[in-house]
Amino acid sequence: MPINILMPALSPTMEKGNLAKWLKKEGEAVKTGDVIAEIETDKATMEYEAVDDGVMAKIVVPEGTNDVPVNQLIAVLAQEGEDPKVAAAAAGKGVPAPKPPTAASAATPSPQPSQPAAPSPQAKAPAPASSPKAAGEGARADGHGTNRAFSSPLARRLAKEAGIEIGRIAGSGPHGRVVARDVAAAKEGNGLRAPGAAAAAGPAVAPSMSDQQIRALYEEGSYELIPHDGMRRIIAQRLTASVQTIPHFYLTVDCDIGKLVAAREEINATAPKDKDSRPAYKLSVNDFVIKALALALQRVPDANVSWTEAGMLKHKHSDVGVAVALPGGLITPIIRNAETKSLSAISNEMKELTARAREKKLKPQEYQGGGSSVSNLGMYGIKDFTAVINPPQSTILAVGSGAERAVARNGKIEAAQIMSVTMSCDHRSVDGALGAQLIGAFKALIENPVMMLV
Amino acid sequence: MADTNFDIIIIGSGPGGYVTAIRAAQLGFSTAIVEREYLGGVCLNWGCIPTKALLRSAEIFHYLQHAKDYGLSAGEVSYDPSAVVKRSRAVAKRLNDGVGFLMKKNKVAVIWGEATIEAPGKVTVKAGRSEAPKGALGAGSYAAKHIIIATGARPRVLLGLEPDKKLIWTYFEAMVPDRVPKSLLVIGSGAIGIEFASFYRTLGAEVTVVEVLPQILPAEDSEIAAFARKSFEKQGIKIYTGAKVTKLDKKSDSVTATIDDGKGGTQTLTVDRVIAAVGVVGNTENLGLEKLGVKIERAAIVIDGACKTNVPGIYAIGDVAGPPLLAHKAEHEGVICVEAIKGLHPHPMDKRLIPGCTYCSPQIASVGLTEQAAKDKKLDVRVGHFPFVGNGKAIALGEDQGLVKVIFDKKTGQLLGAHMVGAEVTELIQGYVIAMNLETTEEELMHTVFPHPTLSEMMKEAVLDAYGRVLNM
Repeated sequence: MPINILMPALSPTMEKGNLAKWLKKEGEAVKTGDVIAEIETDKATMEYEAVDDGVMAKIVVPEGTNDVPVNQLIAVLAQEGEDPKVAAAAAGKGVPAPKPPTAASAATPSPQPSQPAAPSPQAKAPAPASSPKAAGEGARADGHGTNRAFSSPLARRLAKEAGIEIGRIAGSGPHGRVVARDVAAAKEGNGLRAPGAAAAAGPAVAPSMSDQQIRALYEEGSYELIPHDGMRRIIAQRLTASVQTIPHFYLTVDCDIGKLVAAREEINATAPKDKDSRPAYKLSVNDFVIKALALALQRVPDANVSWTEAGMLKHKHSDVGVAVALPGGLITPIIRNAETKSLSAISNEMKELTARAREKKLKPQEYQGGGSSVSNLGMYGIKDFTAVINPPQSTILAVGSGAERAVARNGKIEAAQIMSVTMSCDHRSVDGALGAQLIGAFKALIENPVMMLV
Repeated sequence: MADTNFDIIIIGSGPGGYVTAIRAAQLGFSTAIVEREYLGGVCLNWGCIPTKALLRSAEIFHYLQHAKDYGLSAGEVSYDPSAVVKRSRAVAKRLNDGVGFLMKKNKVAVIWGEATIEAPGKVTVKAGRSEAPKGALGAGSYAAKHIIIATGARPRVLLGLEPDKKLIWTYFEAMVPDRVPKSLLVIGSGAIGIEFASFYRTLGAEVTVVEVLPQILPAEDSEIAAFARKSFEKQGIKIYTGAKVTKLDKKSDSVTATIDDGKGGTQTLTVDRVIAAVGVVGNTENLGLEKLGVKIERAAIVIDGACKTNVPGIYAIGDVAGPPLLAHKAEHEGVICVEAIKGLHPHPMDKRLIPGCTYCSPQIASVGLTEQAAKDKKLDVRVGHFPFVGNGKAIALGEDQGLVKVIFDKKTGQLLGAHMVGAEVTELIQGYVIAMNLETTEEELMHTVFPHPTLSEMMKEAVLDAYGRVLNM
């Protein structure tokens, strides 16, 4: 049997490499340990040593080819006594054909071709589906994508409930069909492929380490395995998808909230009280942030959008999500039409949503959708940080703590109440200048809260 | 000299054993099967099949008695018990011959006699209870790398209720009566007891059934069992549940039974014959298992998911390997057993998906969890019902008494169980069994088009009912 030489994984995270140079020509004898090729990764150029003796029968991927996926056939070695020509003809047997690119790679609006730059036999392979439709729906969880994952109806329902993509589950039923017991096993971390290895995903996503590999790094008994609940899985899945598919960039500004703090005190002090002398409202700084962001989105309507393959969804109202920490996770209930609501209305609605979020009683329509979100870690003393966009929103505002800081004004150092905020933007839908306009509008409002009345 | 060395020797040629032998032969193993009495075992010769022949006679008799209901006249209707039994035996014989043919066709050697496992890999066979069929190997020493025990089960004997085979019968005698007794006491209301009660009642016997548990057909859903009970009582069968036969006094041609009604009262009942149908126990004895250290618990050989015992090279399948004691469970275990030996990695059987059928009138068929069992498992359920009176085909057949019941997991839509009582339900249940094996949810069942007019339409209606969408009620 001829030996197939595959693109090696030279590091655990390597997903593809450039075939820099062949050091053996077709027809040349190869001995174990001979360097046959130089492989270039983003980190280094490494030598590829032969692990078998034989004759180089066929070079499949010519030198100078970039972005060759790991495990792709690159050459064929004829073993001793084998006719190199026959071996060359048998090239590629038992090696999976190159898979179509993933949703992630197809969705990247990169002007560079994703095919290898130099001509190679792979170029003759059927063109992978890279239409906008495939990009948008590439990894459909219901198994009807191009790489259909066969599964039982019950398994699909259980997987959906557990927040596990069915394509990631190794099937044990007839012909690899995913059945209910496989979902149960996957919830325990058994037979669960890393997201990159999912049937619908291709070589563009690095296969992460398997559970077994990770567990092998720690001594048995030195850890406790806490099973994931559905919320944990959904957070992992959605936020991984977010950073993998959304090109994030970040804009930070410092806001002087001196006026806001004063206004808040005044408003809260004069709140009408009911017969039990409970105030009708008690505004938090975050309530002002929500309102300011909602109004800023109205002032910069081009940034109040969601990216879709078909076009930009330009939202008419400002639906602002607010991250609420829960034991073991978080959720972002949404204040709808926040630009039309008074601060006290926002404040009371937020209290009510938070309470129900903690009881896990929110309806999906109360936390799905939205145009932007607020994530506030100010209460933990965090000065500034960046947040991961909650798709299909285009922006998220990470709010740090408000504290007295020294600022220079007209050549003098003064103390001021400063709050740093960082806006994460989806570059597909919001460019730098537009993002700057949005955060500028926010800054103007939060520094002059009286403007929110206009 | 015939070969005495095999890859696999199977002890017992019941439905489990002979199917195992065929599958083993298909997989390329040299295979032998040991039988001491009759090819096909109890199922073909003294169980499933001959009783179905008897019940068919009773059913046709019943139809003829009710010919008028269908606008027909049948004149004077009567039966000849010996002819009824003769037909039943002929059916059994035909299938018994069929097993012989299948063994030959698949080149499975038949060894005639009683087997003892001397050591792993070694089987000694002594002369059997009946004459060896043509071409069978005889007593002697045989060797096989894998030995599969498929020796089945026999009627359980309770102290004080020992069958004497004349007045107190087991199913063996009940199957070949010389006449139909005027009165009959059936002890035990499992499938065997109820089928004989139904058969003899249809032929005119006064039948009393005593069940120690609170419901008849204890394995069935309580709603279905209650429905069946009402139906039996309407036919004139007397039923005592939560009651116990404490004594049987044998006279020359009758038996007086003392029945403890479970509420502190006792009564006596004199009947012509008694059928003891208090369950069956595995045939684990005289195989040499104790000496080999094969683990046995509650009269059943302990096996794993691939039918292996704790002793390497020794396997067990079917009734002798524990409940449910059903031919179709034995067959499937046998297939798993030899496929695992072959290295095919079959999945262990999911016992929740084994259907059960009782061929009394009305018939009973079920699969999966009963409503109570589902609730005991703390499952949140949705239950759907559909009665035969709502089905056109049932009314046309003149069989409008029956019920279909389904149980779904409220959270996942998984079909947890299905239970049916009424005409032909034993032929219907496989639809739900397939659905459960394919892990369908209510959605796929609702999207399935069932043919009209059939009894099967009730199966869909019951599903719809579970979700508040029933149409014909």
